[in-house]
Amino acid sequence: MFRRKGSRCVARLEPYEVRALRQVAAEVVALLTDGFDRADPVVERLFPDVYPDDPASTADLRQYIDGDLKTAKIDQAGAILAALPAAGGTEVSLDDEAAEAWLRALNDVRLALGIRLEVRDDMDIEEELDEAVLRDPTSPRVGQLELYGYLGLLQQSLLEALTS
Amino acid sequence: MEDMAAPQVIPAEKPEIEEVPERDRPWVTIVWNDPVNLMSYVTWVFQKLFGYNKEKAEKLMLDVHHKGKATVSSGARERMEHDASRLHAYGLWATVDQS
Repeated sequence: MFRRKGSRCVARLEPYEVRALRQVAAEVVALLTDGFDRADPVVERLFPDVYPDDPASTADLRQYIDGDLKTAKIDQAGAILAALPAAGGTEVSLDDEAAEAWLRALNDVRLALGIRLEVRDDMDIEEELDEAVLRDPTSPRVGQLELYGYLGLLQQSLLEALTS
Repeated sequence: MEDMAAPQVIPAEKPEIEEVPERDRPWVTIVWNDPVNLMSYVTWVFQKLFGYNKEKAEKLMLDVHHKGKATVSSGARERMEHDASRLHAYGLWATVDQS
């Protein structure tokens, strides 16, 4: 988890954490580039309709803002990839600008996972995880729920480190 | 929201009516509740993007959380569209409407 060290936010990550972060950030980049599909619910959530009751105005506005928004989201996912240690390394050290990009990118990743896992407002992730383990401990849902919980804690620790 | 896509031009003659015409009503940016976004993160985003103090940002966040939505900024339509786009970059679910 992250903590403040002088002017930077630092964390010591386990190799499996580094691998997981690299994978989810790369998945977001893929979703925003070659895999970009407007009909994907994750894309709908990352690029919400500005005028839900007015598809024409929404579509009109998209022409002006979608490109920049997509670039911003690719850049912030790229900030995770850029700051992750090379193979064998464990240390992540972020200046404030990189920390903010990480916060936004971690949020995008959590939104994407939240859609796939159908996270609801009243859902307790720990209970959900317990149930998933009881049903089938080897199911992909177990790993995804663990990842979702971990990313929430990581984002929270980074926010606290940045604003402390 | 009819007519709002048309460019706004100043009419040659002002109609003699008392009520505020629809086009003069302010536009607003609305943030909607979302089960994923952390409360502390949403508060931080409001402070960061709008320069609100922590108290105001927290109140808006709690409105979003408890009431399902909150108006976070108001003003010219183009500026609200810009605000919504900035909020989308931070992953908040924002829409624009006329108040």
